Amino acid sequence: MNSQPERPTMDIVVCIKQVPDTEELPHIRVNRETNTLVRESAKGIINPFDENAIEEALRLRDAKGGRVTVISMGPPQAEEALRKALAMGADQAVLISDSSLAGSDTLATSYTLAMGIKKIGSFSLLILGKQAIDGDTAQVGPGLAEWLRIPQITYARKIEINGNKIRAERALEDAFEKVESTLPCLVTVTKEINIPRYPSLKGLLSAKKKEVLVWSADDLTLDRKRIGLEGSPTWVIKIFTPEAPPKGEVLAGEMPEVADRLIEKLREREVF
Amino acid sequence: MDFTLSSDQRMILEMLDEVCEKEFAPRADEISETGEFPSENVKKLAELDLFGITIPKEFGGLGMDYATWTLIAERISKACATTGLIFGANLLCSYPLEEYGTEEQKKKFLPPLASGQSLGAFALTEPEAGSDAGNVQTTARKENGHFVLNGTKIFITNGEVADIYIVIASTDKKSGPRGLTAFLLEKGTEGFSFGQHFEKMGLSALPNVELIFNDCRVPTSSVLLKERRGFKVAMGTFAAGRIGVGIGALGIAEAAFEKARAYAKERVQFGRPISSFQAVQHMLADMATKIEAAKYLLYRAAWHLDRGEAFEQLASMGKLYASEVAMEVTTKAVQVFGGYGYMKDYPVERYMREAKLFEIIEGTSEIQRGIIANLILKER
Repeated sequence: MNSQPERPTMDIVVCIKQVPDTEELPHIRVNRETNTLVRESAKGIINPFDENAIEEALRLRDAKGGRVTVISMGPPQAEEALRKALAMGADQAVLISDSSLAGSDTLATSYTLAMGIKKIGSFSLLILGKQAIDGDTAQVGPGLAEWLRIPQITYARKIEINGNKIRAERALEDAFEKVESTLPCLVTVTKEINIPRYPSLKGLLSAKKKEVLVWSADDLTLDRKRIGLEGSPTWVIKIFTPEAPPKGEVLAGEMPEVADRLIEKLREREVF
Repeated sequence: MDFTLSSDQRMILEMLDEVCEKEFAPRADEISETGEFPSENVKKLAELDLFGITIPKEFGGLGMDYATWTLIAERISKACATTGLIFGANLLCSYPLEEYGTEEQKKKFLPPLASGQSLGAFALTEPEAGSDAGNVQTTARKENGHFVLNGTKIFITNGEVADIYIVIASTDKKSGPRGLTAFLLEKGTEGFSFGQHFEKMGLSALPNVELIFNDCRVPTSSVLLKERRGFKVAMGTFAAGRIGVGIGALGIAEAAFEKARAYAKERVQFGRPISSFQAVQHMLADMATKIEAAKYLLYRAAWHLDRGEAFEQLASMGKLYASEVAMEVTTKAVQVFGGYGYMKDYPVERYMREAKLFEIIEGTSEIQRGIIANLILKER
């Protein structure tokens, strides 16, 4: 008899972020005083790259066994995103939500998520989307790997697991790079890696019955100086919509005459 | 009275809307152009468990009601009428199985239908048996504990792509409709083959196929319900199927209306959008009003079906009205688009061609009026 506790072969944690649906861009408002998005003004969706991360985790689990845990840090409504991940087939979902976490930059976010992941327990693989489409920083993944002191492979467009090793193909700007690492490891994935599934009806209905664990800051062992605004060295000074450039003037007419008028206008403005 | 959707329904429709918008609607023009069976769409419907909505949980389905099925079929048809009809024709196989099948038949055929692993079809129509459904010429002769089928079916939706067929044949020619029997057949049965694929005015990717039975032997266990009860099976199936056909027509009407409305707001003539002209406004108002009316006839028919109450009259009314509304709305949509509407560059001419089928299949408008008249005249 094996006395060791039974450990699934492939425990995977996926970090996801709820972002505003870009298709609703015209309706998204910004609070001018706090320089933050008015989250209620836009429908939230799972960050598209994170859907690829979930899909990859589900495929690996289905091939190798194990559990997929999805974790997110965000306001209470981020639970919707986690529910969708459960409907896609994730086994467990955790939401870290606390008003003291508001204003977190990528450093504070990666710290808090790292503490949440530690609470979840051991894992073989940690998968994220390559970046979130709202902030576009691509910093939380690498930050997390540092906090957790595990190797990281960013921009993976293909991964392969063999025993305790992972091989990945990284999509760099001008080349593909093949790398290998031991597990546990953090991977951020690109769109190319797969086509995320839609949740099936059975998935949707069973997700309703699964619980989304909600952890507050107190539920985690956190250094208060490292979270929220206080733990964030990045401060947003101003967020604004760029002003549309003034409309150009169209000179219509016959060729030589229009050219003369153009030159005249340029001279008026002392371009030359 | 309650018109609110349940939280499950809202959740399912939200997911489905995304699939329709991203997968089905963008491919609808191409499907119609090439006439190629949309197997990708069918695969997607299967992956999402949509084929199993009404099938009981014990047979691998979701055990949800027909009202939910109706809402789903409306969305699919709005995005792609071809896919909507493939989805609907499948119900013509799963519904009678649920309704009239033996435990054994259900165990064998419902799980693959629920998972979408198998598609279903229903075959009654013959060259001489259309509106006159009792005039089936295909025969099933009893022989050593078997039935031997001979004859030809035409226009069968999902023909050849389907794996499971319900076939109506005469086991007693002298008795007319009372001599009809329904059989469950699998593709690949010896003596069962496919003939012509019919070319149509619209919905070119929807398979409508000739089925040929040539000394096709099936065991007596393949009889659905009972010998000589085939007409009852057919009529019961058609009654439910009319909700499906009506909802398909409604989906097309909704798609055409939305396109026309958007175009009317954009199209500028005489220096202003044509939606500011009363003539166009009245067309849009009529379209929207009739769509709403058709919708609630069909929803209510499904609601009665779910409650185990008589729904046949409402199903016929809904099918009749929705298909005629679809014809009218799509014709008006072409009118709103003007010259562009007649061009293949815009989908409204396609909607118009597609809508016409719905006034014919599953009982023509004339047959529906006959059924409705019969039922209302029975009442005092």
